[in-house]
Amino acid sequence: MIWEIFRQDRKGQPFEHAGSVEAPDAEFAEAWAREQYGRRGESVALWLAPREAIHAVTEWSDEFDLKYRRVDGYSIKARLKEARERASAESG
Amino acid sequence: MAAVEVPRSEQAFLEYVQAGGQVETTDWLPDDYRAKLVKFIEMHGNSELMGVLPEREWILRAPTLQRKLALTAKVQDEVGHAQLIYRVVEDLGKPRARCLDDLISGTSKFHNVFHYPTKTWGDVGVIAWLVDAAAIISQKALLKCSYAPYARIMKKICWEESFHILHGRDVILAMVTGTPEQFGLVQEALDRWWGPLMQFHGNPIPADDDPMFRWRIKSQGNEEARQQFLDGYVPQILELGLTVPDPKLRKRDDGVWEYTEPDWDELKSVVTGHGPRTAERLAFRRRFIEQEQWVRDALLVA
Repeated sequence: MIWEIFRQDRKGQPFEHAGSVEAPDAEFAEAWAREQYGRRGESVALWLAPREAIHAVTEWSDEFDLKYRRVDGYSIKARLKEARERASAESG
Repeated sequence: MAAVEVPRSEQAFLEYVQAGGQVETTDWLPDDYRAKLVKFIEMHGNSELMGVLPEREWILRAPTLQRKLALTAKVQDEVGHAQLIYRVVEDLGKPRARCLDDLISGTSKFHNVFHYPTKTWGDVGVIAWLVDAAAIISQKALLKCSYAPYARIMKKICWEESFHILHGRDVILAMVTGTPEQFGLVQEALDRWWGPLMQFHGNPIPADDDPMFRWRIKSQGNEEARQQFLDGYVPQILELGLTVPDPKLRKRDDGVWEYTEPDWDELKSVVTGHGPRTAERLAFRRRFIEQEQWVRDALLVA
């Protein structure tokens, strides 16, 4: 059974995928993971997850053009320039 | 944002990795890429596993308790690296048991430097300092490997190697500041290891002709790695009053190191199983794999 190991560097930091170990159960996986990722105190916490329990999402579609939800959906440069020119022409 | 699609044709995949793209186990991988990855990563795993043997021979003979403990810790680190690396190979389709079979039958390779004897404590110091230094140059270049699961475990491996290299330097410094006999042991060991060290990064084929570079499994060419090694470590060797046993070695004005052509025939012969300690070390590994079968049987029955 393959266990994916995620480790945390410091309290409050995100857990990062660090590798995997093969072990028949959680107890053995923990012993392995402690040796591999904790014997120098380099991790404050570990997450061990059976590989088959991970529901991975890798397919994304954007049929509805969701650009308006993101910063790259707004191109203001040209219009800002125009607005500034108009303002300066009116005041001048 | 839409997902980054890993291209499904060999040519487009090649362009993708050459542009710095990384892939995961679950992505489509060209057959040649997968085969090259297995070969490269398996050899790395083999080298970690065989690389502990020259040092293991010195645990009982190390001069102080502190040194024995440090060597033991190094051996544990390196066997741990082998375990992580073989896991990565397994996910690419080659089970660990088959990797071990191929290793002990001499079908697969391991690094040239682990085929030589460790004659004195001076050799242990030179291996721990300079062999590890040469290795860490290759390994740091793998942090950018196009195969992401391998690149991720390299973070931990490189981090532990930095402790190894300091340990090696400490051993060397203790000896070069010791008696003339101790200094002599270091110089003799350096004389013995210089040849294998210069061969370590492989022959200077242009990076673009190297399939491991083309697929961006490694991110630098052989000669680039060797130049980096010379640039980083020759000054450190010389400042201790040691002599590099190569009269042609010099740094040109343009920053490139010139050196006597390494013995590529020796490299080829050694890595194909004809090194001075190859047979003995493989026999040792074989004996332990057989002897410890019951542990695997007992623990992995579930």
